Amino acid sequence: MTLVKNTIDRRSFLKVSALAGGGMMLSFSWLAGCKPTAEELLTLPKEWFELNSYIKIGENGVVTLMSPNPEFGSNVKTSMPMILADELDVDWKNVIVQQADFFPERFNRQFTGGSQGIRQGWKPLRTAGATARQMLKNAAAQTWNVPANEITTEAGVLFHKTSGKQAGYGAMASIAAKLEVPKDVPVKEIKDFKVIGNSKKNVEGANIVTGKPLFTMDYKQEGMLIAMIVHPPAFGLKVKSVNDAAARAMPGIKDVFVIQTLADDYERNGFDTTTFTELVVVAGTSTWEVLNAKKSVQVEWEKITDKNVVVAGWGGKQTVTIPAGLESTLTHNAMMAELSKKPASVLRRDGNPEAAFKKAAKVLERTYSAPFLAHNCMEPVNCFAHVTSDKAEIRGPIQAPEFIMQTLSARLGMPREKISIKLERMGGGFGQRAYGHHLVEAAVISQKLNAPVKMMYTREDDMTYGIYRPTYTATYRAALDENNNLVAFHVKGGGVPEHAVHANRFPAGAVDNYLAEGWQINSNITIGAFRAPRSNFIAGAEQSFLDELAELAGKDPIDFRLELLQRAKDKPVGENNDYDADRYAGVLKLVREKSNWGTQAGNRGVAAYFCHNTYVAEVVDLEMKNNQPIVQKVVAAVDCGIVINPDAAVNMGEGGIVDGIGNALFGELTFVDGVPEKNNFHQYRMIRQKEAPKAIEVHFVKNEHEPTGLGEPLFPPVFAAVANALYKAKGKRYYQQPFLKEDISLG
Amino acid sequence: MAAFSLTVNGKKHEVNVDPETPVLWVLRDHLDLVGTKYGCGIAQCGACTIHLDGRAMRSCVLPVSSVGEQKITTIEGLSKNGDHPIQKAWLEHDVPQCGYCQAGQIMNAAAFLEENPDPTDEQIEEAMNGNICRCGTYLRIKAAIKTAAQINS
Ligand code: FES
Ligand code: FES
Repeated sequence: MTLVKNTIDRRSFLKVSALAGGGMMLSFSWLAGCKPTAEELLTLPKEWFELNSYIKIGENGVVTLMSPNPEFGSNVKTSMPMILADELDVDWKNVIVQQADFFPERFNRQFTGGSQGIRQGWKPLRTAGATARQMLKNAAAQTWNVPANEITTEAGVLFHKTSGKQAGYGAMASIAAKLEVPKDVPVKEIKDFKVIGNSKKNVEGANIVTGKPLFTMDYKQEGMLIAMIVHPPAFGLKVKSVNDAAARAMPGIKDVFVIQTLADDYERNGFDTTTFTELVVVAGTSTWEVLNAKKSVQVEWEKITDKNVVVAGWGGKQTVTIPAGLESTLTHNAMMAELSKKPASVLRRDGNPEAAFKKAAKVLERTYSAPFLAHNCMEPVNCFAHVTSDKAEIRGPIQAPEFIMQTLSARLGMPREKISIKLERMGGGFGQRAYGHHLVEAAVISQKLNAPVKMMYTREDDMTYGIYRPTYTATYRAALDENNNLVAFHVKGGGVPEHAVHANRFPAGAVDNYLAEGWQINSNITIGAFRAPRSNFIAGAEQSFLDELAELAGKDPIDFRLELLQRAKDKPVGENNDYDADRYAGVLKLVREKSNWGTQAGNRGVAAYFCHNTYVAEVVDLEMKNNQPIVQKVVAAVDCGIVINPDAAVNMGEGGIVDGIGNALFGELTFVDGVPEKNNFHQYRMIRQKEAPKAIEVHFVKNEHEPTGLGEPLFPPVFAAVANALYKAKGKRYYQQPFLKEDISLG
Repeated sequence: MAAFSLTVNGKKHEVNVDPETPVLWVLRDHLDLVGTKYGCGIAQCGACTIHLDGRAMRSCVLPVSSVGEQKITTIEGLSKNGDHPIQKAWLEHDVPQCGYCQAGQIMNAAAFLEENPDPTDEQIEEAMNGNICRCGTYLRIKAAIKTAAQINS
């Protein structure tokens, strides 16, 4: 490990802040405002001593903790440093949090997505904190000439009880930084956590509420140009010719040109998803001028032909065909209906489902569907790039910098060491920003213009570019015997271009005869991760179906699920059941208690789901007002193991629930001849303040399991909880999302 | 191009821009005030909300030529030390997730509380319905507005 001594005096600190531009480099947890006062500046150390990649300590005891992962709103910038602070044993108020740049040699897994940040950061962060603390102890032991194991710490102070010696971390930091890094340092006992489990406010809170430049969209640099793209208006089209004469003549316009981001024969990586590899670029000095010029670029489009691309993914290399054609929702729906009736690839089979269905006393079959969804992060896609002959500086809203590095390097013809990526705060992510096409676009544009460039999409570009949640369907069939026991279960799912079936999830393992099948239809409409990919549809379908099935069996929907989970625990069917039946049952029991299920009247719906390593059960209560559903309350029970930052965890849970209700009721993107039928918020209905639930309670199961994520798991089940509550309100089941489209007034 | 004299956050600024330029882009590109955000450009999301003589306005559809003598306040100028009751309440409730919509939410809420210092839940919902938050922080926004109303009274 290299030991770097960073000197930071008052002047250089101010310089650092000013240079940061795109975001304050330093976030002061103890500052209410943003500019440090003279007094606070005095509290900044003269010198920093680095104990490891994550931790620097000043001679006066102030601690800088690096937050490794990109921040998109799940508050990892607060919760990840909290883990470090706890193991290091420092007072949170003496902590400065700093966003790390992309630096895979120094930081573990700088990827925010899949609700994995905390889960996968847990051990490395604890180890980093505990190891640094041990180094400080070793430094004190050496200085005081006492055994290291007699030294204790508390809130940034080292003690040797018998000799009465004590010293702050700052006093020992310079010595500690020179010591060898100890191996296998034990981490704290869970019962000794002081920071973890105690709510800390968002370290960027003060910067956000005062409008500081935190986002890439806010970044600016001397000589920077603004670039916008014109992409084909329809999936299945590409550029034929461009007439840019009018645009070029407009004020403030520097250049208009066409870029190709990926060559046709480029072997793509899994996250190179990019809808349009050819784009018309308009670059100029100000946003308004470029916006206007963009409108006057005349492009002639032509249809694409089938294109084969090689994609290297986790499952190895595959040749994927991007089909020609101008696709429409009506055609998709007709094809999906047809394929739903045909046999598909078998994903899992237990027992003899066919025979069991034949013998059944009752059979229930239902089909569910959901449309494409646009991400609609509030910060439209954008990226800053400054590519010169020998290096590339990129700043962007990006969840997964690692996934795009190879392509950036290949496309720029530059080794990856020459490319730096700064991880700016993202105005939302939800999976959209796992795909780094915008980084490549901005870099290619900057290279071509030989200037620093901020490339930005308009809202319309953002909504019509692709990387959507796919459209899905699933048909469920279940057989009950004469005692209303579930004896067979069949799910067949499909979609464009993927299905959403997770064959080994509940109720697999709880039914003797089980069949899961999947099919898919290829498409040129690009799709991508969207808050709990696949689960965000299949949970709603499955949990609505189980609700209807429970009713057919004459059982309470929670009891019915608990019975199945008991079966899965006592006598599991098959081996690869992808859930822990006890923890699954645990959230159902907790939500039953917290929602007064069974004793409280009203239009209530329940659903439970396990995805992204976290168990969630939700109860939705709604009322009809002027024939519109108003969600009065949502009670959620969550098992995500240890909760790092409780209040922030609740916030995240509320967000998932609100977002889920919005998408269940309104979310939809349809196509006619390859053209998305919505391009901005006047057409794309998002949930708003009036439609948000009046109250949300998020309860956590208390246990000592290692922590898992929260960004996604609360989102999928709420679709079904809403559908099941709507059934109570309207006496009618809702099978097609969005529910408000199925029956506009719900009348 | 035309010259405009604007009063923003109590300071006079001269800009020379196309008269049609929305105030949003004048603030962001020409005055380096980037707290006001672009979300939709068509007055549908509220991210760009500013105050014009104290009233909440969508700056993305407000041509600079229509401002005249009216005073502009942006999130950067809402308070000197980030201590407007709305800002304090926002911190108390730890409202933001990604934070992108929040400047617009705060500016709208601040203007609304000026008009209606003691609002009911329904009035808050009505007033804030134009501000989209994809992260879904609506409940905290409502709670923070109620807290700010108490701080004020
Ligand atoms: S950017 Fe002005 S309302 Fe959306
Ligand atoms: S906090 Fe992310 S959009 Fe509102």
